[in-house]
Parts: sequence; structure tokens; C-alpha cells
Amino acid sequence: MTGREIEDLLRRLAPQVLAAVVRKYGDFEHAEDAVQEALLAAAVQWPEQGIPDRPDGWLVTVANRRMIDQIRSETAQRRREMNAAQEEQPEVSDQDDTLTLLMLCCHPDLTPASQIGLTLRAVGGLTTTEIAQAFLVPEATMAQRISRAKQKIRGAKFVLPPEQELPERLRTVLHVLYLIFNEGYTAVRNDLAGEAIRLTRTMHAIRNDGEIAGLLALMLLTNARHEARRTPEGDLVPLDEQDRARWKKDEIREGIALITDTLKTAPLGPYQVQAAIAAVHAEAERAEDTDWRQIVGLYQLLHQLDPSPVVTLNHAVARGMAHGPRAGLALLAPLEAELAAHHRFHAVKAHLLEMAGDREAARSCYRTAASLTTSLPEQRYLQGRAARLDVTR
Amino acid sequence: MKYLIMIYSNPRTWGHPVFLNTEEAEAMTQAERDEMVAGEEALFAEIAESGELVEGQALADPITTRTVRVHNKVPVTTDGPYGEAKEQMAGYFIVDCETPERAVEIAARFPDARFGPVVVRPIMDFSGQDV
Repeated sequence: MTGREIEDLLRRLAPQVLAAVVRKYGDFEHAEDAVQEALLAAAVQWPEQGIPDRPDGWLVTVANRRMIDQIRSETAQRRREMNAAQEEQPEVSDQDDTLTLLMLCCHPDLTPASQIGLTLRAVGGLTTTEIAQAFLVPEATMAQRISRAKQKIRGAKFVLPPEQELPERLRTVLHVLYLIFNEGYTAVRNDLAGEAIRLTRTMHAIRNDGEIAGLLALMLLTNARHEARRTPEGDLVPLDEQDRARWKKDEIREGIALITDTLKTAPLGPYQVQAAIAAVHAEAERAEDTDWRQIVGLYQLLHQLDPSPVVTLNHAVARGMAHGPRAGLALLAPLEAELAAHHRFHAVKAHLLEMAGDREAARSCYRTAASLTTSLPEQRYLQGRAARLDVTR
Repeated sequence: MKYLIMIYSNPRTWGHPVFLNTEEAEAMTQAERDEMVAGEEALFAEIAESGELVEGQALADPITTRTVRVHNKVPVTTDGPYGEAKEQMAGYFIVDCETPERAVEIAARFPDARFGPVVVRPIMDFSGQDV
């Protein structure tokens, strides 16, 4: 096995091993540390000594030993409590505890930043160093974020939440996975996007749910474009100028099949509608073949399910493409006061004004958008659009 | 989204924490001073637990400042703070927040904001939404 394959294997086993140790000791906080140490030990030893016959058993044994060491170094009181527990080895269960683990890591008492860090480490099997690098924060910051998060949920039980809380908790988990994907995708850290897809795929395999399937399809259809959306210099390429030959066919095929299937059977939800929109884009061989009327309809649906200013902005773009720029601008007008400080509002308005032939106003809106964005690639792109309206006058 | 929070102070009363060394704070009762310290400690505990605190540093007295300019390819260094500004940057924090409103909310809770300006600026990144 290559180092990469060993890493994949470790990440796949991480949640099962952790679940086994947590179930035995009921102490998520220390179990998670012990498993992380076992994973690190494996990453060092396996490439040299070969993969053990039962890799999961090996990891559980090492993590269990770490737990016992930790307990020995603690108070005598606690030692007496745990004496009996040392005898037997935790068992890797056949039942999949990944969902329980995900719900624990995405506990509602934690902030999104903490939920993300904890999920990537405990369920994703990533090291603190890797997570810190992915989110561009110092390792010490990420380590503290994760350990504080674990302290905060110290009392939480390692069981699935009660049935009536499940839908809400599931939504939180999906949102965290979506945030991880989005961070990876927008910042071109493909490892992170890939990790989000892998975790969502795991969820999809263990639970039949329309929104899990919808999110997975959305991630696949979006990720399919990642190579085409930046130039080698890192500049952004808008959807209508992307080289569609560079879109990943296998991800598109899988995403379309998944969302088509899901829409037929499951109750509708926002991730499914977003996936359907991505699918309409993916189906157009050229940008001008895009079925904008269908996209307008889908945004109307999304607006009913999960209204937000971002949805309205995207709806306005779609309307502009389907029914002309003035129709899009009409949709924007009521948002002016609320979104005046947001670059995306001005970028969309600039785009529609440019389509309408109002070059002067378009240029000014692109400039406003450029000064409001906090993304360097977006700023370059928006300044470029403004400059283009200067020179071709 | 990361934000830089800059704390400014008058060099005449330099010292860390900045807010305890101001003339106004010197004139306060011990209870009032303790209340400010407790407020700052509570803020640090909160933003460490939420994962929002990325890092923070205190800066040395402005008198130790060195300002460099290159004239005709020759570096020219001057000692001491640049310009005659009454307030000098005394320290900074980097926070990672969901919204700009939250970054401002954190900044307002630094006791230093009662005595001098606390400035919040977004840090640019390399992410890019689909355009």
C-alpha cells in the first residue's frame, strides 16, 4: 500500500475506532485524543512494517493502551473506577456509529468553526496540523479550538439524539459538511472539498434522506467545475466563459443520476433544488444552451423553501438571462437598502447593467463591488470587468 | 472571514494592558478597574472557546519603532513613530468571525475601546465565489 492508500484507510477507519473507544469509556474528550495518537502511530509504523491483519483492531488496541495510560496518570479515585474496564478490549461494532459521531461533533452548543474543526478531526481522521493549514490559522489556534469544543460537549451522551430532534440535528451536520466543502471549493483547497464529499458520501450510504443525497449531488456537480473556474494564474473564470471540456464528466454523471433519482422519491429540500440548478448548468454543452427558464423556476422554488438575499441575487441573474436584464434589475431594486454593503449585490447589478448596455452605470457598479469584496481573486476579476468597459468605449 | 482588530493608545501612558494605563483608568476605583479586567478575561475565554480568536500580540513602546524608506535605492531609517499622530497602534488581534457585525461586537468589548479607537478591518483572502 502506498502512503496515500494508508492515509485513506486510516481516515475511513477513524470514526469506527473512535466509536468503539467512546462506547467503552464514555469519555469522548480523551477517547478522541487517544484515537488521534493511534492514527498518528499507524501513519508512521504501517508504511515500514506493513498493514496489520486487522487494522481496526490494531488501532483500537493502541488507542485503548493510550486511554489506560491516561487513566493511570490521573487520580486514584478515577483509577479505581476504571480498574475493571482495563481488562477487556473495546470492540469495533458492526453497526455504523458514524452518524452518532457526526451529530456529537456538530453539537448545537458549538459554533460552526468548532463544529468544523471537531468533525474533520474526529470523523475525518485529519490531524490538527492538516485542519489548521486548510483554514489558514496557526496550529495552536486550531488545537485550542478543538480541545475547547470537546470540553464544551463533555457531558453529551454518545447516542443518537431522540427522534424528534433528529431532523434538526441532521440539518446542522449537513450545513457543517456544506461549509467544509465551500471552504475547500472557493479557496481551491481540493483536499478539503474531497473530504467533505467523502463524509457526505458516507452519510448517504448509511441513511436514506433526500437532503443528504441532494447535498452530495450538489457537491459533485459543483466540484466537477473546479478545474475550469480558475486560470493557471489563479484568476476567476465566470461560468459562461469556462472551458466545459474541462468539467469532470464522471462527477457530473454521478451528480445528475443522484439528483434525478432523489427528486422522484424524496420530499423536496433546499440542497436538492440547488443540486437541480447545478444539474441544469451541467447539462448545457455550451453556455448559450443553458435552460435559464428552468433555472428561474428552480430559484422561485428555492426562494419558497429557504429564502435568503443570496438566493434572490442568483434569481435576478437567472431572470436577466431568461427574460432580459431589465427583468433582473427589477428583482434587485427592493434589495438595494439591505445589501448596499455587500459586494455581490453590486456585482450582479453591474452584470445586468452591462447586459442592458448601460456601460457607465455598469462600470461604476463593478468598481463599488471591487472595493467591497474581501477576496483578492474577486477583486481582480471585478476591476478587470470595470476596466474592460473603459477601453472598449 | 478573518478580521484584524487594532488597538490604539496614547504613547504618553504606554503600558499593557493599554486600558489600565490610561489617565482615566488610573483615576478609577480598584473595583472599576477589576471589572474591566474581568470583562476582558471573559471576552478572551468566550472567543477562545468559540474558536474565533486566531491570535493577538502587544506591541512595544512606539519609541522603539523604526521606519524605513528607500530613496534612490538607499534605505533610510528613522527612529521613533511615524508622524505626529496622538494615538499609536498598541496591539492587535486576529479573529475569525461569521459576520462583520460580530467582529465589531468583539471589538466593542475590549475595554480599550472606552479610552481610544479600536479599529476593525477585514483581511483579504484567496477564496472566490463563482462569478
